Amino acid sequence: MQKRLLLNSQHLSITISRLCYQLIENHNQFENTVLLGLQPKGIYVAERIKAKLEEVIKKPISLGYLDITFYRDDFRRREEPLAPNETKVPFIIEDKHVVLIDDVLYTGRSVKSAMDAMGAFGRPAKVEFLALIDRAYSRDIPVEATYIGKQVNTVLSQKVLVELTEQGKKEDKIWLIDNSKK
Amino acid sequence: MSQLSSKHLLGIKDLTPDDIQLIFETADNFKDVINRPIKKVPSLRDITIANVFFENSTRTKLSFELAEKRLSADVINFSSSGSSVKKGETLLDTVNNILAMKVDMIVMRHSSPGAPHFLSKHIDANIVNAGDGTHEHPTQALLDAFSMREKLGDLAGKKIAIIGDIIHSRVALSNVFALQKMGAEVMICGPATLVPKYITSLGVQVVTDVFEALQWCDVANILRIQLERQHIKYFPSLREYSLYFGVNKQMLDRLDKEIVIMHPGPINRGVEITSDVADSQHSIILNQVENGVAIRMAVLYLLAGANR
Repeated sequence: MQKRLLLNSQHLSITISRLCYQLIENHNQFENTVLLGLQPKGIYVAERIKAKLEEVIKKPISLGYLDITFYRDDFRRREEPLAPNETKVPFIIEDKHVVLIDDVLYTGRSVKSAMDAMGAFGRPAKVEFLALIDRAYSRDIPVEATYIGKQVNTVLSQKVLVELTEQGKKEDKIWLIDNSKK
Repeated sequence: MSQLSSKHLLGIKDLTPDDIQLIFETADNFKDVINRPIKKVPSLRDITIANVFFENSTRTKLSFELAEKRLSADVINFSSSGSSVKKGETLLDTVNNILAMKVDMIVMRHSSPGAPHFLSKHIDANIVNAGDGTHEHPTQALLDAFSMREKLGDLAGKKIAIIGDIIHSRVALSNVFALQKMGAEVMICGPATLVPKYITSLGVQVVTDVFEALQWCDVANILRIQLERQHIKYFPSLREYSLYFGVNKQMLDRLDKEIVIMHPGPINRGVEITSDVADSQHSIILNQVENGVAIRMAVLYLLAGANR
């Protein structure tokens, strides 16, 4: 197994800042915009985006957690049933601009499931998608991110491993792991 | 762990404490789902479930049907009245005919104890026991324990009294198994004629004084007098039962603590429980009904995942 570091703490912090300024360009003061982090790891990225945005625009931003377990299309095709996580959407998303946030964009199926899950809370005016890492050329369905932290070309045997301090890690590290090489 | 240890839910006796914990955690998420504006998820959209009820049922059948529809399963309903069962068809033939229509799961209620266990040995579909005779009613016990956990937190060390017609109840036995597996202490209370003699072998206390049970417990789960199952006289009259074993507000007022009141329904108001107790702030009877849908969604979801 080979590991290549994609982002360290410093690079991650710069990436989060850049993503926030891109969001501010499009959403201004976030009067009509809410953030939805996808469970499990997208919520950590979303928390950091929220904190940075609030620091810059000096006002609170609405952030919810969205779990897609019950909306996935691979239920009963896996070895075990999927364990769900908490969904917390304590605001109305009807007619809002929603920014979905996840750590890694791979096949696009999670994003499709997230769109279905979000539909249970209302009909947003517009939906955008922010991915910290975009695994390019690996989509099963035609889904693209509106905001991308870092794009990497990967093959099937490779995997992106996200390690964040929120998970109890000493420091932030995002790795590209290749299982085909020893 | 995210998988049940069995592909069927035949009784609480077969479940491990980890299974029960997994069902509760999954139900927590489904409870959130059923309180959303859109209460439906697509998880079981490729599954067909047959509700096969050989005995009358209102709330259990409705609760299962709602749970199945909220999971997007296709649902067919079978009741024995007016069916080929009346023409002499056997249980296995009836169920095999239903399965030939490509049904994946069977939710069954039957008057004979062990009927779902018998079926599980002969068919491949997942089976959920929705009550077999006076034996077990696992989803009711799970929703009862889930409701207690919601009200009291961890059930370990909590004292639960099950009061009423124990001998004819399938809920009582499943309750005892479920609560003991979650670490609670159980007391049984009722007239001696309505308490089975074997019950002490399950490690429960038995008393015949309702007030003593109420003083002891954190939760009183009051069961219905099942007159339809009583072929002989177990007590002189409903009035006398109500006087000696009914729970009323005066009793609760005499206690030096607050206890939680539960009842699996349907209630015989004024017999085993008075209206002012059933509708009081101590009662979580309607929470039990709401939790029933979440628990059944969790059970069906987890079993469907096991049947690939």
